[in-house]
Amino acid sequence: MDEIEKLTNLAKKMRKTLLETSLNSKEPSHIGGALSIVDILAVLYNNILNINLDKPADRFILSKGHGFLGLLSVLYCQGYISKKKLMTFQTNGSEFIAHPIENPRYGIESSNGSLGQGLSFGIGISLAYKKKSRKEFVYVLVGDGECYEGSIWEAAISATELELGNLTVIVDCNGHQNDGSIGKKMNYENLKNKWEGFGWNTVLCDGHNITELLNVLKIKKKNTPTAIIAKTIKGKGINFMENNNNWHHGRLTRNLFEEAIKSL
Amino acid sequence: MNKFKITDPRQWSRMGPRAMFGQFMLEIAKNNNKLMVLSADLGRSSGLDRFKNQFPEKYLSVGISEQNLIGVAAGLAKEGYKVFVTSFAPFLSMRASEQVRMNLGYMNLPVNMVALGSGVSMGYLGNSHFGLEDIAIMRAIPNINISSPADCGELGKILYEYAFKNLGPSYIRLTGIPNSALVYDKDYNYAFKKFITLKKGKDLLILSTGSMVSESLKASKILDKENINCEIINIHTLKPIDEKIVNLLKKFRKVATIEEHSVIGGLGSIIAEKIAKHSIKCHFLTIGLPDLFGPTGTYDYLIDYHGLNGGNIAKKIVNFLKK
Repeated sequence: MDEIEKLTNLAKKMRKTLLETSLNSKEPSHIGGALSIVDILAVLYNNILNINLDKPADRFILSKGHGFLGLLSVLYCQGYISKKKLMTFQTNGSEFIAHPIENPRYGIESSNGSLGQGLSFGIGISLAYKKKSRKEFVYVLVGDGECYEGSIWEAAISATELELGNLTVIVDCNGHQNDGSIGKKMNYENLKNKWEGFGWNTVLCDGHNITELLNVLKIKKKNTPTAIIAKTIKGKGINFMENNNNWHHGRLTRNLFEEAIKSL
Repeated sequence: MNKFKITDPRQWSRMGPRAMFGQFMLEIAKNNNKLMVLSADLGRSSGLDRFKNQFPEKYLSVGISEQNLIGVAAGLAKEGYKVFVTSFAPFLSMRASEQVRMNLGYMNLPVNMVALGSGVSMGYLGNSHFGLEDIAIMRAIPNINISSPADCGELGKILYEYAFKNLGPSYIRLTGIPNSALVYDKDYNYAFKKFITLKKGKDLLILSTGSMVSESLKASKILDKENINCEIINIHTLKPIDEKIVNLLKKFRKVATIEEHSVIGGLGSIIAEKIAKHSIKCHFLTIGLPDLFGPTGTYDYLIDYHGLNGGNIAKKIVNFLKK
């Protein structure tokens, strides 16, 4: 089995996992924005990140905290959390809720949920790595809607001023936010121009194309942070969820779940 | 722990809390290789010019971006750095409030926030720069310690404690200006959280913090002449509050709090909560900044305007005792 096929299967397993997890909780959950980042996370966790839970190596920060089902599914599929633990998602008192809660045992780097905060936190870690002459990398995933937050752009300035070549931001451009479509000035092409304008080494890619992701996620530039502008589809992989913002935060029934699995 | 001793209190008082912050950090940097001091373009206002020159690798200004400041500081703290950040009180406690809540509160990352020019010490810079509500905001966020030094010597004690112990995230509130009155003219025993009795008395308990400790002492001298005998307490740690305060409150029929902060949410509220919780029977007076955006002027003018100098405080207390 070649690498692309392996990763495609991993992404499929992740999508199935996150749907099962959502169904199991019996509560509404953020499905659309989790499905849009599945392929990115599959490539990151399988091929790019060097993760070591005992001794922090490469780091991944999910700044768009509502993509947490996506992160949980990759952590499960890569063996960092058990099925039993995963199935506590959105049950009373669980460590796994709608948004990440920092937990070194499972490799969850930061608590998020309030948007626009993960990039500055990632900069702090990148800066620490740079000061300690460590060779590892920091990846921060933000949403396109999240880029409306002013604090993202405060951080965007800092990362270039600090010449953080060890930092990569991935912008999940699924074209939607809570209440509907992203504004015209915030589409992926405009976002590319914005990050470029802030001095980042900026690359545009198809966020569902495994071959492309394998290449772009390795891109680095000395002393310059890299921004991967990933064009994605909200609800990707499930026909009735794609570009349907009702699945930004929705409740799966058994019937809908089965229909979704068929569509995979 | 690196020991800190008060050696030159009069000179320190002349220099004021902001200059002395920079001076103390210079000393701390010599003995702490994990130290990082960050500012959002207020290094000079934090007395850090010499620090920047001497330890450029331990200093970073992220530009005028307080939200970013807290996030970057949290990331560095996560990687084991001992981080101090500086900005004016409202910019830390309000502009970056949610970053403080998520990064320092929720994740409990030990960043020390040094709030410059709190109370009304920014004088002509006006209400935009005043720290009227910062204690109220910070103390509502879980995990954040709040310290409020009474003078520059106590500031040194507090900074060393946070720099060389693991006490968690903190908010260190600087009040007063250069040439502010001195509380401690020689070295004394300071311990995190433990309130300090500066003067014993029987008629009235005065609980004060920060710049108002020295004004309370002045007031008590005036009151002594009128045969009103006050007990004066310095509450340098506002959170966690020393629970022993409850026993003390039970001993007095008359209690007053004095602070350079809004009468809503600060020391007065902290003590009111204790009085209510423990059903303590006493007459209670809160002296502080009123719930309004007041005028602007020199620090001395503002303190006088709001009735917060020793003389005004003594008058308020005399009236209170008449009731």
